[in-house]
Amino acid sequence: MSLLRVQNVEVGIGPTRIIKDVDLSAGAGEIVAITGESGSGKSMTALAIMGLLPDAMQITGRIALAGEDLLAKSEAEMCTIRGQSIGMIFQEPMTALNPVKTIDDQVAETILVHEGVSRADALDRAAKTLTRVGLPQDRFPLGRFPHELSGGQRQRVVIAMAIALRPKLLIADEPTTALDVTTQAQILGLLKRLTAEDGMSLLMITHDLAVVADMAHRIVVMQHGQIVEQGETQTLLRKMQHPYTRALFAASSHEVSLPEAKTDAPLLRVDAVSRDYRLPRTRLFARPGSFRAVHNITFDIHRGERLGLVGESGCGKSTLTRAILGLEDVQGGSITMDGDPVFTAGRPNLNVRRKMQVVFQDPFGSFNPRHRIERAICEPFHLLDAPPTGIARSDLVAQTLEAVGLSPRDAQKYPHQFSGGQRQRIAIARALIIRPELIVFDEAVSALDVSVRAQILDLLAELCAQYRLTYLFISHDLSVVRTVTDRVLVMQSGKIVEQGPTTRVFDAPQHPYTQSLIAAAPRLPKLEGLFHA
Amino acid sequence: MLRYTLKRLASLLVSLGVASLVIFFVIEVAPGDPASFMLGINAQPDTVAALRAELGLDLPKWQRYLEWVGGMVTGDFGTSYTYRTPVAQMIADRLWVSLPLALYALILSTAIAFPAGIYAAARRGGAGDVAVMGATQLGVAIPNFWFAMMLVLIFAINLRWFGAGGFAGWDEGIGPALWSLTLPAIALALPQAAILARVMRSALLDVLGEDFMRTARAKGLTKGQTLRRHGLRNALIPVLTILGLQFAFLLAGSIIIEQVFYLPGLGRLVFTSISARDLIVVESVVMLLVFAVIVVNFLVDLAYAAVDPRLRSRT
Amino acid sequence: MKRSLILGAALSSLVVLAALISFAWTPYDHATLSIPDRLQTPSAAHLLGTDHFGRDMLSMSMVGARTSIAVAFVAVGIGVGLGVPLGLWAAARQGGWADEIIMRGNDLVFAFPSLVIAILITAIFGAGAINAIIAIGIFNIPVFARVTRGAALPLWAREFILSARVAGKGAARISVEHILPNIANLLIVQATIQFSLGILAEAALSYVGLGAQPPLPSWGRMLADAQTMVSIAPHLALVPGMAIILTVLGLNLMGDGLRDWLDPKLRVSRA
Repeated sequence: MSLLRVQNVEVGIGPTRIIKDVDLSAGAGEIVAITGESGSGKSMTALAIMGLLPDAMQITGRIALAGEDLLAKSEAEMCTIRGQSIGMIFQEPMTALNPVKTIDDQVAETILVHEGVSRADALDRAAKTLTRVGLPQDRFPLGRFPHELSGGQRQRVVIAMAIALRPKLLIADEPTTALDVTTQAQILGLLKRLTAEDGMSLLMITHDLAVVADMAHRIVVMQHGQIVEQGETQTLLRKMQHPYTRALFAASSHEVSLPEAKTDAPLLRVDAVSRDYRLPRTRLFARPGSFRAVHNITFDIHRGERLGLVGESGCGKSTLTRAILGLEDVQGGSITMDGDPVFTAGRPNLNVRRKMQVVFQDPFGSFNPRHRIERAICEPFHLLDAPPTGIARSDLVAQTLEAVGLSPRDAQKYPHQFSGGQRQRIAIARALIIRPELIVFDEAVSALDVSVRAQILDLLAELCAQYRLTYLFISHDLSVVRTVTDRVLVMQSGKIVEQGPTTRVFDAPQHPYTQSLIAAAPRLPKLEGLFHA
Repeated sequence: MLRYTLKRLASLLVSLGVASLVIFFVIEVAPGDPASFMLGINAQPDTVAALRAELGLDLPKWQRYLEWVGGMVTGDFGTSYTYRTPVAQMIADRLWVSLPLALYALILSTAIAFPAGIYAAARRGGAGDVAVMGATQLGVAIPNFWFAMMLVLIFAINLRWFGAGGFAGWDEGIGPALWSLTLPAIALALPQAAILARVMRSALLDVLGEDFMRTARAKGLTKGQTLRRHGLRNALIPVLTILGLQFAFLLAGSIIIEQVFYLPGLGRLVFTSISARDLIVVESVVMLLVFAVIVVNFLVDLAYAAVDPRLRSRT
Repeated sequence: MKRSLILGAALSSLVVLAALISFAWTPYDHATLSIPDRLQTPSAAHLLGTDHFGRDMLSMSMVGARTSIAVAFVAVGIGVGLGVPLGLWAAARQGGWADEIIMRGNDLVFAFPSLVIAILITAIFGAGAINAIIAIGIFNIPVFARVTRGAALPLWAREFILSARVAGKGAARISVEHILPNIANLLIVQATIQFSLGILAEAALSYVGLGAQPPLPSWGRMLADAQTMVSIAPHLALVPGMAIILTVLGLNLMGDGLRDWLDPKLRVSRA
């Protein structure tokens, strides 16, 4: 018999249904993954099982845990079940812990609220649980506060709180989305181990199909609040019935074919660049220390080349990007474009600036909410000595919007009238409008859902064919970098540890760090025949 | 923690130094010579000069500044131009009224505001919330000295529960002294309590939206437990800021409230000194008020660190 | 929450209207003494009664509204005019020396409550409405500087600002084109709050004799005059008191209403 049975569950606010007719089950020791894009209702389903839906929502149906209907329970009864029989892990480890309480206190609290044990006993068991999740006391002494731990370590604390009482069911809502790939691999391994050891059911909510394929025994695919398909992982991967499932998997492993790169002379030259940040003074009169975020980096981008830059958070890739864009000066070395420095005498060089544009990650933060699209994409005109005016200007706006797959009429709208994918198209339009020599894509597709991401990557390939773009594509997502770049740099702790043609680096990595990065990245199994179905 | 304290202490001293400079030089530019003012218009020039020398007014400015600051550090605030008595003594006498009044009001304000704010936040959107918020909206709009007049009218003149003004003095015992400070303290406290309750409520509501509150619920804590164990301490951080600011307002406010109740506090001293152009007294009282505000802010900074471990470890 | 906006705006405009009408017309001349009519309770002839010199309370309150509004308005103007640019500058130079000096300067001014500034100014130049304006205005500067900087800082980290920088725009231009329009709502709300605090502060200063001087009528001064007679003629205290309370209440309600109405985030969450 299944441990968890969800039957005919519907959730709504007023007349709108957010979740419709959801049926799923999970057995002891089984890992069930619910997947889908944003807005599919997967997280709502998790909160519904926990009984933590916002007050304004109504729920109907039946959610049975070991035969007992949770929806029939009172709030007080649910409090004894949460933490005891069901544990939950959340997406954002940086904010999921109370900043003013120690980690052992927070783990012990789970024990204290459910069992009448002494505080000392609870702390003792908390320490054991922390050891179990990989935070042994010899390296992580008790009494630490959350801010003293890294993201991955904090997620381990959250897991410890959830499993302290060995619940029957563990719900993990995007548990690794905020983490780097190597940390993600460790956390996923930990979750797998704990599930097996305790015979728990693990209900995992994630948008990442590679993680799903790797972890789950069973897969549940959701779209618009409904389950479109579910089944045993292997079966489902072989025979996908629903077109949405197929589209989702196809988009996740989407590859584009770039036109042949015709590279010639070096365009951007980064020569022995170092970038230091001053650390706060530790003593009143001591010289403040500094932190070298970028260490003696040298590389070229040739005209017509598509260069990738990969690395985990904190490796210095954002710092390097800001230096290349001339937003911050460097402490050593030089960055030149066609021989001109991007930064001279404390000021960015406008001659160089107009040859460079950028597309950022966040489609919602990229535009001034009070400016119309026309004004937003014309902002780079500020760099030109004689910007187009009148008809020439509106023609150029229309032409650029069409080039990125939007309508010229969109010029008069405001950013909030567009979806995330459309905004990223607008951001590309803004970067294209002055026909720069180099475009920097800074995690430009990282915040997008897989299907939207696939469309933007297609657009990129089209633009490459149309305009012969030169770009630097910065990302933590190896699969994306692999398909849209010719050459790749791998960065770790401020240094470039490996570089070379993209296919060579990915197929035969030389440096141990590159090897570990590629090994840690979850990969979708090859699903032949699927993409043309 | 020690480093943090030392850093705050250093910034406290710098603030005090700059504030004293500002006060000294503002008073310095004041037109009119205290010596000729004290002796009247008919005074002989040599008598004025003699008095100037006696008061130390003929020394260079920087020297007088140093003497003033040095004196204050050792408790010598100089001599009143009009009363010819030590300023320190005059201020000390009045401080025994103003300071207890401000503290009394602070305690009252906190005692009213915390429960009211927590209650409103817990009943967000409910009738209790609307009632508390309505009351605070009114409380914020009422000038404390007008409220004081109304209190006098109702409780002193009509009901005769209190004297209409004046101060019993601490010699008569703590009870009567506190009793005579009660109406002034209520008048001071209620408008401040209204502000504090609003801040408490919104700070709590902000914390309620935090991820870690959801984590706590997932552990099996009830809503009430979550609020008490995880919400309050985090909400305290913005509340402390306001509490520090309020002390400044209470101290300044007590100067005004003293006028309504004819209390012999700093307010009376400063207003009589202004009309008598007894600038050395004004200067000292102002410095004392600013000193109090700066010291309270320092204490608030220390309290932050006690509440928030992130501050303790940062440099 | 639209109700509080409407109620607040109605109350505030009523007071402003009374002040404006007083330039052209008041029931009686506010300064004319008429000892025989003194201390009358509200009646058809004198809607709000008369004071101890027989002056019409309604007329005095209308002219008093002028004083209060003028002082608070100019004081807010000083705060906005100096505080907002300082705050924008500090935010644009986050962590730099300009930021450090502006913020330390702010802390210093915060140590001088407006009453203390008023005491200092009065000690030097004597009492008057102008001094009240300066005292309240000086205290408003750090308030606006802090609010502006606090709201501008997170914007500077947003990607649309980075895009503007990549487009070669300087800090001053970005502050005006991108930062200011996005914090204007907040500043309007803050201005409303400071306006109401200014009314309260002006009343307090005038009450203790540091603000408006006779013959200029002011609500605070009317309360000071009323104090000795509050037991025999409570309306002397009630009339200016209620005038202050209703004005401040109106402004605060309007501020709250504006915040809810202008803040799109709140609007969504309420929907």
